[in-house]
Amino acid sequence: MDITGRIHSLETFGTLDGPGIRFVVFTQGCPLRCKYCHNPDSWAVSGGTEITVSALMRRIESCRNFLRTGGVTLSGGEPLLQPEFALELLRRCHAAGFHTALDTAGSLPIEQTRHVIDAADLLLLDIKALDPELCLRLTGSDNKNELATLDYCEKTEKPVWIRHVLVPGWTLMEDHLNALAAYLSKFHCIKRVDLLPLHKMAAFKWAALGLPDPLPGVSEPTPEACRQAEDIFFRHLSPEIQVNGLSR
Amino acid sequence: MCTISNTGNCCGKHGACCAAAPSQPEKESKFKNGAWNAEINVRDFIQRNYTPYDGDAAFLAPPTGRTLELWRQLTEKMEIERQRNGVYDIDSVTISTITSHEAGYIDKDLEQIVGLQTDEPLKRAIMPFGGIRLIHTELEAYGRQMDPVVEQVFQYRKTHNDGVFDIYTDEMKLARRAGIITGLPDAYGRGRIIGDYRRVPLYGLDFLIAQKKQAQKEMAVNVMDSSHIRHCEEVAEQIRALHELKAMAAGYGFDISRPAKDTKEAIQWLYFGYLAAVKEQNGAAMSIGRVSTFLDIYAEADLACGKYTEEEIQEFVDHFIMKLRIVRFLRTPAYDELFSGDPTWVTESLAGLSLDGRHMVTKMSYRFLHTLTNLGPAPEPNLTILWSEQLPLNFKQFCVETSIRTSSIQYENDDLMRVKFGDDYGIACCVSAMRIGKQMQFFGARCNLAKALLYAINGGQDIKHKDDQIGPAIRILAGSEYLNYDEVMRNFDEITDWLAKLYIDMLNIIHYMHDKYCYERIEMALHDEDVVRTMAGGIAGLSVLADSLSAIKYAKVKPVLNDAGLAVDFITEGDFPKFGNDDDRVDAIAVDIVRSFRNKLASHHTYRKSKPTLSILTITSNVMYGKKTASTPDGRKAGEPFAPGANPMHGRDVNGAIASLKSVAKLPYDYAEDGISYTFSITPETLGRTEPEKIDNLVALLDGYFREMGHHLNVNVLARETLLDAMDHPEKYPQLTIRVSGYAVNFIKLTREQQLDVINRTLHTRL
Repeated sequence: MDITGRIHSLETFGTLDGPGIRFVVFTQGCPLRCKYCHNPDSWAVSGGTEITVSALMRRIESCRNFLRTGGVTLSGGEPLLQPEFALELLRRCHAAGFHTALDTAGSLPIEQTRHVIDAADLLLLDIKALDPELCLRLTGSDNKNELATLDYCEKTEKPVWIRHVLVPGWTLMEDHLNALAAYLSKFHCIKRVDLLPLHKMAAFKWAALGLPDPLPGVSEPTPEACRQAEDIFFRHLSPEIQVNGLSR
Repeated sequence: MCTISNTGNCCGKHGACCAAAPSQPEKESKFKNGAWNAEINVRDFIQRNYTPYDGDAAFLAPPTGRTLELWRQLTEKMEIERQRNGVYDIDSVTISTITSHEAGYIDKDLEQIVGLQTDEPLKRAIMPFGGIRLIHTELEAYGRQMDPVVEQVFQYRKTHNDGVFDIYTDEMKLARRAGIITGLPDAYGRGRIIGDYRRVPLYGLDFLIAQKKQAQKEMAVNVMDSSHIRHCEEVAEQIRALHELKAMAAGYGFDISRPAKDTKEAIQWLYFGYLAAVKEQNGAAMSIGRVSTFLDIYAEADLACGKYTEEEIQEFVDHFIMKLRIVRFLRTPAYDELFSGDPTWVTESLAGLSLDGRHMVTKMSYRFLHTLTNLGPAPEPNLTILWSEQLPLNFKQFCVETSIRTSSIQYENDDLMRVKFGDDYGIACCVSAMRIGKQMQFFGARCNLAKALLYAINGGQDIKHKDDQIGPAIRILAGSEYLNYDEVMRNFDEITDWLAKLYIDMLNIIHYMHDKYCYERIEMALHDEDVVRTMAGGIAGLSVLADSLSAIKYAKVKPVLNDAGLAVDFITEGDFPKFGNDDDRVDAIAVDIVRSFRNKLASHHTYRKSKPTLSILTITSNVMYGKKTASTPDGRKAGEPFAPGANPMHGRDVNGAIASLKSVAKLPYDYAEDGISYTFSITPETLGRTEPEKIDNLVALLDGYFREMGHHLNVNVLARETLLDAMDHPEKYPQLTIRVSGYAVNFIKLTREQQLDVINRTLHTRL
């Protein structure tokens, strides 16, 4: 049976979501309400457009010439909100010879999502905050599920790239970063950590949806602050782990 | 004793150069012999002697003190040029010819490669054979007076421009004024002819003259009809021009009657050939060909025998490239509006594959690209990589790394062109491939197909031109409530039938007159006698047209009428597929337009049996074409720019760069053999997170596009903020270079309108 999913948009030249050039499928619907979300229009589970896995595969297939050193990334929204769709798409991509990455915040219980994670070659896992209290304030949900997802990847030796957004006054603080880096340093499944500076280019999208500025008074971090954050991770993580694509 | 040095200066270090007797043809000892020894056959020389280079860029040398000082002097002069409204100085008294000016220098003691168009760098010459009226306009634009003697000469001497307007019909003049056919080389030099400048160093002038004389003898047996007489006269003129070239070089103290003996001479001889061309012709595009791999053969020989070091060779190259950067022509403001930024299209084609499968990357390919580092970014020469998947990875990475830093390089698909043009072709202007020394084109600018669609709807009348009846008076469709796709297509077919015929007729007139009054003597002297000629038509507004037809077909388009019952605007209800999203419903429309218009052009008689071809290229004229075109059914408002070249319209490609590239790659090169230009602009952070990732992604993008049979890609890697800042503070960005359709410009030399167009155009960026 051809499974249908809801997608927010497609990006045929994704360069920031996994190795090489990625065909990125952004799914529609997300349980989180992150204050720095770039795509608040991807939250509503009823929005977006419907598309079948077969139709998507045709589009992906047609871009094959560009994806030889890259692959396909399933992102969102939260792709794990549509587990059957995500699983079918990952399996079909895998069968067609594409490298697959699943970009998730791991915000759903692992029992519901493990088979989807199993089907991906690489997990891009957003760790919003290590402190559950902070995570709740930042995203509307605690981090129990995301940490369990990381544990599961460790157990199954699934390669993981961690992504963490640097928000001045929220996450871009030395003690937080030290604690997070120390925590992550225990995991062998982690191959790379990307520290993403907050950017406010999506402010217009919030305004368009009639939403107030979620981070009033917070500005984008300075390059210097970002470098210091990188250094903290370099100090804690073992040398073979890349931070922002760089090796120590 | 140093007998071979023409300047009389002994190199002072090596025994080898000084020991060689001047009369001994060194090529016989240094190079592998073959067909090239007995006849003019540069390709054979290259194929037998070049050394493919697979290594990386580590061997490259930094600029010498002399180079830096020379470049500093030129930079100063170029700043003065900018302050003087874009023109440093004009020699308004001397009619430019190959030998019109005495030897000129930037700084004689520093220059390793010499030769200027006039007696001073950046000083522009007048070349009135294209049209004396133009010289009036040009001089007036810069507050100069016409010299009375020059004026008087052209009371007795007719020009190309006079000839064309003697023949143009009223219909032609009207079509030209309304802007359905524009940019035609009826008032400026046609260009797009590449002399095989390599012949000068490889053979020396005496051999070249002897070959031409021999050809002349063989020609005499033919029937003396007008085409044969023309041909004979041309060869006679070519021989005369070769003598002048020899005299010009002698003025600089060089005897180029014999072949060049080493790298420095080879570059110098070659440059003299090119210099003669740009002293004689103010052609729209004065491309240099494919010289780097040829020159590398000399460099390898000199490195092997210890004659020159890498530093010295790089210095020759840097000085040569500086000369190419300061080629200047006097042009009118109207011309600048079409082709902004003072371009000369000194296009040099690098790399590609040989027919036997070897790649043609040499150390010299690296050295040429390295000038963008040694001297900083620049729009000229128009460095063009003939890309093949089989090029060595080291070189691919070096190219894109240079692109990311300088935005000064364009890429064209060698795997696509090699099949048609062999392995010794070059790019003229932006995207026009031709076999070097064996093929030329009759440049035809372009016609405005978006406007043609409006004629199809408005019964051949132009609402941007006083509602005049420009095209045939066919049925007006604007009165219907919603436009009917089949009816529009039928009318469009009629309009383009008319347009294709008129267009080719105008080109026939133009090129007849150009040959007659403004013949490219020296460029053609560096060609075989029998050349292949193409008649290169072009179209503008492809994506506007495709989207408009898609809107009529898949949405509902209601015309808004003026008092005369003609559509002046459109209300489009509902969504429709747009070109640039890899959507076959609209991409197929674009493909059909290209195929059908090329076939229409090909059905007409062409001057000198030239082969009709088509390009999808606008240069910066997309802004001007947009200005002259009323609102279109795709939602583009009157006066708004078209997308450049074959680009999708800005902001309508919503699925990312690859979907957009895929749409353009569907356009059939077989039907647009004069080139399909796509300008790709991206912000650095959108290309990847780290430098190596950016490089790998861009290599993968190019490999992918060319595997999809895409033809041409301009690559800009630019931050929007930089461009905005450069608009306000041009003095801070003297070398900021960006690629526009088929060439590169100094961003600060664009008009404000064009700057905004560049910024508004899809800078591929993602949230």
